[in-house]
Amino acid sequence: MAYTEEELKKELETKEYEYGFYTDIESDTFPKGLNEDIVIAISKKKEEPDWMTLWRLEAFRAWKEMKEPEWANVTYKKPDFQDISYYSAPNKKPKYDSLDEVDPELLDTFKKLGISIDEQKKLAGVAVDIVMDSVSVATTFKKTLAEKGIIFCSISEAIKEHPELVKKYIGTVVPKKDNFYAALNSAVFSDGSFCYIPKGVRCPMELSTYFRINQAGTGQFERTLVVADEGSYVSYLEGCTAPSRDENQLHAAVVELIALDNAEIKYSTVQNWFPGNKEGKGGVFNFVTKRGLCEKNAKISWTQVETGSAVTWKYPSCVLKGDNSIGEFYSIAVTNNFQQADTGTKMIHLGKNTKSTIISKGISAGQSQNSYRGLVQVSSRAENARNFSQCDSLLMGNRCGAHTFPYIEVKNKSAQIEHEATTSKIGEDQIFYCNQRGIDTEKAIALIVNGFSKEVLNKLPMEFAVEAQKLLEISLEGSVG
Amino acid sequence: MDLKEKLVSSFLAFEDSVDLDHPVHEVRSEAIKNFEAKGFPSKKEEAWKYTSLNSLQKVDFSIFPKEETTLEYKDVKKYFLHEIDTYKIVFVDGVYSSYLSETTHDGVDVCLMSSAFSKPMFRQVIEVYFNKVANKDESLTSLNTAFCKEGAYIYIPKNKMPKKPIQILHLATGNEAALMLQPRNLVVAEDNAEVQIIERHQSLTGNEVFTNSVTEIFAGKDAIVDYYKVQNDAATASLVDNTYISQKDSSVVRVHTFSFGGKLIRNNLNFYQNGERIDSTLKGVTILGDKQHVDHHTLVHHRQPNCESHQDYKGIFGDQSTGVFNGKIIVDKIAQKTDAFQQNNNILLSDRATINSKPQLEIFADDVKCSHGCTIGQLDDEALFYLRSRGIPKKEATALLMYAFANNVLESVRIPELKARVNKIIANKLGVRVGFDL
Repeated sequence: MAYTEEELKKELETKEYEYGFYTDIESDTFPKGLNEDIVIAISKKKEEPDWMTLWRLEAFRAWKEMKEPEWANVTYKKPDFQDISYYSAPNKKPKYDSLDEVDPELLDTFKKLGISIDEQKKLAGVAVDIVMDSVSVATTFKKTLAEKGIIFCSISEAIKEHPELVKKYIGTVVPKKDNFYAALNSAVFSDGSFCYIPKGVRCPMELSTYFRINQAGTGQFERTLVVADEGSYVSYLEGCTAPSRDENQLHAAVVELIALDNAEIKYSTVQNWFPGNKEGKGGVFNFVTKRGLCEKNAKISWTQVETGSAVTWKYPSCVLKGDNSIGEFYSIAVTNNFQQADTGTKMIHLGKNTKSTIISKGISAGQSQNSYRGLVQVSSRAENARNFSQCDSLLMGNRCGAHTFPYIEVKNKSAQIEHEATTSKIGEDQIFYCNQRGIDTEKAIALIVNGFSKEVLNKLPMEFAVEAQKLLEISLEGSVG
Repeated sequence: MDLKEKLVSSFLAFEDSVDLDHPVHEVRSEAIKNFEAKGFPSKKEEAWKYTSLNSLQKVDFSIFPKEETTLEYKDVKKYFLHEIDTYKIVFVDGVYSSYLSETTHDGVDVCLMSSAFSKPMFRQVIEVYFNKVANKDESLTSLNTAFCKEGAYIYIPKNKMPKKPIQILHLATGNEAALMLQPRNLVVAEDNAEVQIIERHQSLTGNEVFTNSVTEIFAGKDAIVDYYKVQNDAATASLVDNTYISQKDSSVVRVHTFSFGGKLIRNNLNFYQNGERIDSTLKGVTILGDKQHVDHHTLVHHRQPNCESHQDYKGIFGDQSTGVFNGKIIVDKIAQKTDAFQQNNNILLSDRATINSKPQLEIFADDVKCSHGCTIGQLDDEALFYLRSRGIPKKEATALLMYAFANNVLESVRIPELKARVNKIIANKLGVRVGFDL
């Protein structure tokens, strides 16, 4: 069914209506600071049911007792949690009137990533009449999903429309008291995504937050909940390759994945938050808790490409609870200039015949610090657990650092665990080989880095992979003299 | 009164027994302050995550060794590597046993820390080396420093080599219901010197013994130091071994640790490379059963360019034993062309045994070759089948494979008699007699 412009406009208007209260509070940003009143007020703004408000309050009370973790191999000035406004209505006014006003550096990056003019405008926050393509894609997209019974909406919407599902699953994988940032997120999360795939349904397309038009400005405390019911499959994409110039310094997101019996979830992330300038000033702190739970024969696969953020603290994990379940983690973390990343995974083997694979590629350049921190745990009942881990680091220049902190805890004799890690630099002979064939050094390095990260890039969905490759090139631009 | 309070309050009594005017005493006073501030490490500390000292702190240990207990050589002969002639430094309940020992001052000094502290001729060496590489922040090392009085003192001058290997043996007789020992050893091998040392702690009864030992080793330019630690103690003996090694240009230090018994063993082995073209080797075989606990905590700090380090730790864990391996390699910015290798292989024989492994790399230089590998698995079924199809019973075949698994660590042992001895202990541990001499 073809949409007319009229219908589209109408739909958008009704959408506005749904979230009508935004208009009322456009100017109303909550005062700085965090206390129980603020938490209740956030919940009220979101028109949440009582159980949700109570849930948030419990999380907040737990958070008050907690201390910020200090074990990560990163140094930064701790944010003052009382100096943040925990709710501000999404700013709907465009930042710029035309593309000419936008930072040329940003535009340059867009061009390199091959992003269309319309999308560029949208991403940079330029006033756009209606991004025709995007909207129509989103609409048809929503229809197909609805036919299959797939629920894909914002978490606030889900709390209102599907409270039984949210209530059943939220906080089951990442408990609200799990850690400092998870507790903070549980108390104050502003929005996020909810996705439910019914029994036996194979989601026909890659679900992406990027296409969800009503998700503008999810804010700094994002909450994602993906539930794949028995025998279903979903591939979920988070983030986008375009650089996000976000004003918020602190991001503490929580992602929970639940794969019931025989289900499979593939979760891919490309993260490119503002990493701070070349002198290391500014930049986003990204403290994320991501965890997935696998029931019998289920599979969860995390793929991530991390190129942004000044400080990253992120460990997408898999709890392999069911027998024969599989956990995978593929990661590329690139740090340049003054970026710091402490990232890795946890594979908790609880069920029998569980398998996990960890492939982590760290690339450090400039004066950055890049750490891999992982845990492979095999409980005494996890017969025939199998793990293979590989962590490779590539160093560019002698002012950066690469660190590996793998924890391996095994309590079952039938477990087979392999872990290997290497650290090296780009071989001069490799560069020479390329130079000799007329490829300049910068291109040669891009080529070598791509080869180094290939195992992970291959795991990304097609479109993402192409963009991610370019992103790697851009992130490392100018890192080799 | 818990052990910490007891130790801190005993320090005053300890001061009566030592020379307060000696410069070392200032070091002791500093150290006790640090221990008092820090106390025993708890599981909350990252470095002690997998090893708890709580049960030891509840025991009422006697801290000061009583007078010498005489032991007949024939009764303890089996704990010596008696097949070859060696220098011996023997302590019985922490007190030097002149009767069992054989020391020397002929060209090299193989004697006691107590005489090194008291005699002016050693004053200069003590000033230059004592407590210089040991970590002053670490609480157990500080505790040892505070009570340091006795131990082995080995000084090998330039271009010298002692005529025979040196054995350091600590015997506990069980005269006390529970005994805490704190030996302090200093080994200095000057430029181009060479020395081989075997260290063993042995409890002769079922009484509780807790040893907190600190050894400092200095290897000068082109020096070669081989240090073997044999840990095959009674099930009531606990050991915290803190070894600190400082190496200069082109020196070679190899430390082999054989851990076969004891209630709780914690090895803190630290290598600091303070020169170029250094070779550091750390190897270990661990075979445990019962409720034993062994924790290998290694650090190799590459501070200068063109150095190498090799680590190879093999572990076989049965019953309810626990094995911990925590290996850390740090490569400083200027330590280009470093070649660091670390390997940790483990076999679990029981579902109640646990392995916690954490091979860790911290690298700040780009032109390096650093790798580590860690495996946890079982014996190869096919290899086992191969042996059994040739008529070797399952038990022997298993032992043979486990022996092979541990063997490449033994290959680099340079004292053949020691190698044979360790082989015997391994065969014994695995509980088999194979057709040939294991």
